[in-house]
Amino acid sequence: MSAHPDSAATSASLNARAKLAVTAGKAAAAVSRAAGRGSGSVIGGRVALKLDPDLLRRVSEGLDVVLVSATNGKTTTTRLIAEALKAAGPVVSNALGANMPAGITSALADSGEARFGVIEVDEKYLNMVARDTNPKAIALLNLSRDQLDRSSETRMLAEKWREGLAGTEAVVIANADDPLVTWAASSCKKVIWVAAGQAYKEDAWSCPSCGGVMQRPDEEWFCPSCGFRRPQPHWALQGEFVVDPQGNPWPIRLQLPGRANLSNATSTAAVVSVFGVHPQIALQRMESVQAVAGRYESVLVNGREVRLLLAKNPAGWLETFSLIDPAPSPVVLSVNALSADGTDTSWLWDVDYERLVGHPVFVMGQRKLDLAVRLEVAGVQFQVVDSIQQAVAMAPQGRIEAIANYTAFQQLRRDVATPN
Amino acid sequence: MTDSALRLIWIYPDLLSTYGDRGNVLVVERRARQRGLQVERVDVRSDQPVPTSGDIYLIGGGEDRPQRLAGERLRQDPGLGRAVENGAIVFAVCAGYQILGHEFIDDRGERTAGLGLLDVWSTRGEGKRNVGDIVAEPDPRLGLPTLTGFENHQGVTHLGQGVSPLAQVTVGGGNGTGEGTEGAWRDTVFGTYLHGPIMARNPLVADLLIKLALDVSALPPADNTWYDALRAERIAAAQATS
Repeated sequence: MSAHPDSAATSASLNARAKLAVTAGKAAAAVSRAAGRGSGSVIGGRVALKLDPDLLRRVSEGLDVVLVSATNGKTTTTRLIAEALKAAGPVVSNALGANMPAGITSALADSGEARFGVIEVDEKYLNMVARDTNPKAIALLNLSRDQLDRSSETRMLAEKWREGLAGTEAVVIANADDPLVTWAASSCKKVIWVAAGQAYKEDAWSCPSCGGVMQRPDEEWFCPSCGFRRPQPHWALQGEFVVDPQGNPWPIRLQLPGRANLSNATSTAAVVSVFGVHPQIALQRMESVQAVAGRYESVLVNGREVRLLLAKNPAGWLETFSLIDPAPSPVVLSVNALSADGTDTSWLWDVDYERLVGHPVFVMGQRKLDLAVRLEVAGVQFQVVDSIQQAVAMAPQGRIEAIANYTAFQQLRRDVATPN
Repeated sequence: MTDSALRLIWIYPDLLSTYGDRGNVLVVERRARQRGLQVERVDVRSDQPVPTSGDIYLIGGGEDRPQRLAGERLRQDPGLGRAVENGAIVFAVCAGYQILGHEFIDDRGERTAGLGLLDVWSTRGEGKRNVGDIVAEPDPRLGLPTLTGFENHQGVTHLGQGVSPLAQVTVGGGNGTGEGTEGAWRDTVFGTYLHGPIMARNPLVADLLIKLALDVSALPPADNTWYDALRAERIAAAQATS
């Protein structure tokens, strides 16, 4: 994804202090990698930013920057956009999902010959990164409840986006089917509306503008109190087609499964059109994307096929349930509640686990007992296990769908990579 | 309970359902059905009238602005007040708890009138937001074991003479007045800061509401294996970090 490091093109445009910061950051990243602390991109960026707080602005100079933010799908969509934009020129991207300012700085410091910077941004940092990187395009995919114990509340986030993005010169590509995203984007000058769908609607019954109760007939939504309503979309997902602004349907053929990825592909086609990439070319390039940072990857565990699925919040779980093999395929659920997951597990009760009735289910992870109570109340048959290997040994035949939240997913990837 | 089905009313899921509050509804419903009861569940959206004929009313937590809107709409609706006069049971969490009191601080920082169904009033805490596992010993008159939950609030709730604390905090913040109380109750109206959700962590609270609705002192036994395992784990975890 990223062009070759240490390129003269980047360094030439940076002054001495910025160069020192990039160099120090790279040294720190190398130390972090050597110490076995992951890819090192975050720690490298953190050191560099401390030495030069203006660095993000400078490393993004000369790049056509695209920002991608959302509650769900930002890593995958960033990958799809990066792949599609390569049709127009070299791309640098924070492909590993390090989506806070330090990780972004670190990724852009290696920009080399790149023309485009395609950047996944954590929702809470979007305003800051949008201010510093002078983006050409900003994609806003969706907003829903996520990690309520530590992030700001969903509606507040939409309000902050709205305030922060009001003066942006970027073209904003926004999901018209998500009332909170629409509220955030509707104060921007240039907006491309995408009918990308919204499966989880529980955060969108209250009008973000006036607090009225939203009406949602068919595809439409509107507030009867103040008149805030779904804008007319320019692009749309229809079945398995992207429909462009001229009304032409383009078939989506992805290796990535599920409705959510059809939605991500539609937003991607709209984003890259800003840079002159034709939807047909964009969709062809998207076909090559398989697993993204291990998401959707199929692995063999003791001779059994296990598909690894990430779901971090109620909207994500809903999308994931819609793509798993039908019952009675075995399902493994793993939930942690570390700081990166959110330490409050009450969101489990906003997920319709009732949909797993008929599947043999195995629960594991740090908070398997929370899952056990949730499934008991949902009337789902389950067994509590200690490891993926144990679940695999007990599972009846069929591909095993393993669904995990953030750190549980990382743990799962490590566990299947090193069979015991 | 006047006829064959237990009427379970969930007030304003469109505004007050931010922290897994649906779990309380699901657990009460599940445990009633396990005892052979029929359950009629009614989800009342904030543009609909609150029925007066419910047996159990549940109200959840929410963000600051939805809380204000919910308070405004409930104040204009006589349904809940009439239901309480008829002896209905009300159980409210966090933002819903504050709404049951005389007043609370809204999203604009203004004092806003509540429903006055509990003799409490809420202010905004000066210190750190209370976020994390909470453990509390319930009022002995309720016949409940130790309560476990997850709290996430800035508000402080002051108790008047007309209510008793629901519990005394052993780990966590609770009402936040410095006296170690958590929640409030009087007769059939209950308020608490415990999410988790509270019924999932404390199924005997759900049973208490069902017993009050049926006007019985005991229910047929239910299997509490997984609830008990979760309770033990969360209480131990909270005590370890305190």
